[in-house]
Amino acid sequence: MRYAMAIDTKKCVGCGDCVVACQTENNVPHGYCRDWIVENVAGSYPNVEIELRSERCNHCDNSPCVRCCPTGASHIIEGGIVKVTHNECIGCGACIQSCPYDARYSHPEGYVDKCTFCDHRLAKGQSTACVEVCPTSCLYFGDLEDPNSDVSKALKNRAWKVLAPEAGTKPQLYFLT
Amino acid sequence: MKEELFVSGRNIPNIDPYLNIWHWEIPVYLFLGGLAAGIMFFAGYFYIMRKEKDMATTVKFAPFLVPFALVLGLLALFLDLKHQLYFWRLYTTIRLESPMSWGAWTLMFVTPLSMLWVASYMKEVFPKWDWKFKILEQFADLTIKYRKAMAWALMFLAVVLGVYTGILLSAFNARPLWNTSILGPLFLVSGMSTGLAAIIWMSKSKYERKVLSRIDLIFIGVELFLIIHMFMGFMAASEVQIEAAQLFLGGEFTVVFWVFIIILGLLFPATLEVLELRGFHIPIWIPSLLILIGGLLLRFVMVEAGQITRYLY
Ligand code: SF4
Ligand code: SF4
Repeated sequence: MRYAMAIDTKKCVGCGDCVVACQTENNVPHGYCRDWIVENVAGSYPNVEIELRSERCNHCDNSPCVRCCPTGASHIIEGGIVKVTHNECIGCGACIQSCPYDARYSHPEGYVDKCTFCDHRLAKGQSTACVEVCPTSCLYFGDLEDPNSDVSKALKNRAWKVLAPEAGTKPQLYFLT
Repeated sequence: MKEELFVSGRNIPNIDPYLNIWHWEIPVYLFLGGLAAGIMFFAGYFYIMRKEKDMATTVKFAPFLVPFALVLGLLALFLDLKHQLYFWRLYTTIRLESPMSWGAWTLMFVTPLSMLWVASYMKEVFPKWDWKFKILEQFADLTIKYRKAMAWALMFLAVVLGVYTGILLSAFNARPLWNTSILGPLFLVSGMSTGLAAIIWMSKSKYERKVLSRIDLIFIGVELFLIIHMFMGFMAASEVQIEAAQLFLGGEFTVVFWVFIIILGLLFPATLEVLELRGFHIPIWIPSLLILIGGLLLRFVMVEAGQITRYLY
């Protein structure tokens, strides 16, 4: 099993509902977030193009954050989800330095926190909070190894890219272009 | 083409607008580690070369600084942790892939070893010293017997520790400025040079200072050579690394780096050391202090600037 997410940059309107849904679902402290919206503006007026992206941890296949963790608090679970065990984390910050996407943050309680692909919801057979709340349904989530999953189908029919592939982490967020 | 990124719904402390998660603690930790490594290496080296008498400060006195430097360094590392109650977790796992992990373990071996070395010279340095308990006395005698083995271990662990202070940073691929394998040798050499500067400052013997200054000049030369190579490597690498180098070639760190680290921290003290060797009278603390400050600044600048550099996407 290999969980992944596809984000349709043509459908995303940048409303930020996914950000709020995640903050509510996961009790993210005020002023912090596990997902965020990037507006990429290219060109100069009148030929301006804008790309909207809902970003979060890429749950990389080759994850530097797991490798550099001195305690093993950062680890990989079933389906390739990268997680942090809070009471094993010493808050050294090594994993934050190692992430090319700045997807991790230092929780006010001291440990490091990040997107979990809502594994607690997946266990109940639900999808992630951001996927369920998106008003334009531009997020697709599922198992890449299953050809009938939402994410596999979305990737089959569209052109896509990943962010900063040159960083070599094999990210698992696919942006439909 | 002009391209701009806006991030909305996100302004996380210490992460946005650019990463600043490591503050003064890490550079201080790296500096003290390098300093300790330098002193340890030469204590071991000159002991093995049977120069104990001529190089008394190097072998006997200066090592007294090492346990203090290492304990302070560990304390700085501890202060950097945000989840301090779980500090002990560092020592319930060994993860070879994580420099943070094997560095913490190296310190666990180095610190006691440096204390044993100091213990073996306690009576010589403080003739009035009394171990109080018989068992401690016997133990100290034992350390004297095993000095030679300890000297080899000191030299070996000093190199591991010195290289580690650089690898801790260079292991992070996500920070282009750090992601160069030259950082390991560079920090090792710079650590050795700061160690030598500290010993030279403490030494009262003309002969000893002369020997050490000569070695220091070689190390400063190698350090400059490595720094030039580091920039050559950056300029010939990918865009993110070229941008990283720009921070020092016209960017915001240009002045601290070239004026305070390269000129005042390396070239000027090296010139003073040459003049001293030629027979001019130079107060010895001036070049030593400059080298120490230069070493500390180098680590501050590298840690600070490295966090700014990143993959743009
Ligand atoms: S995006 Fe960052 S935190 Fe997430 S798996 Fe990749 S390197 Fe780790
Ligand atoms: S901050 Fe926590 S999760 Fe991150 S590397 Fe350190 S111990 Fe591991």
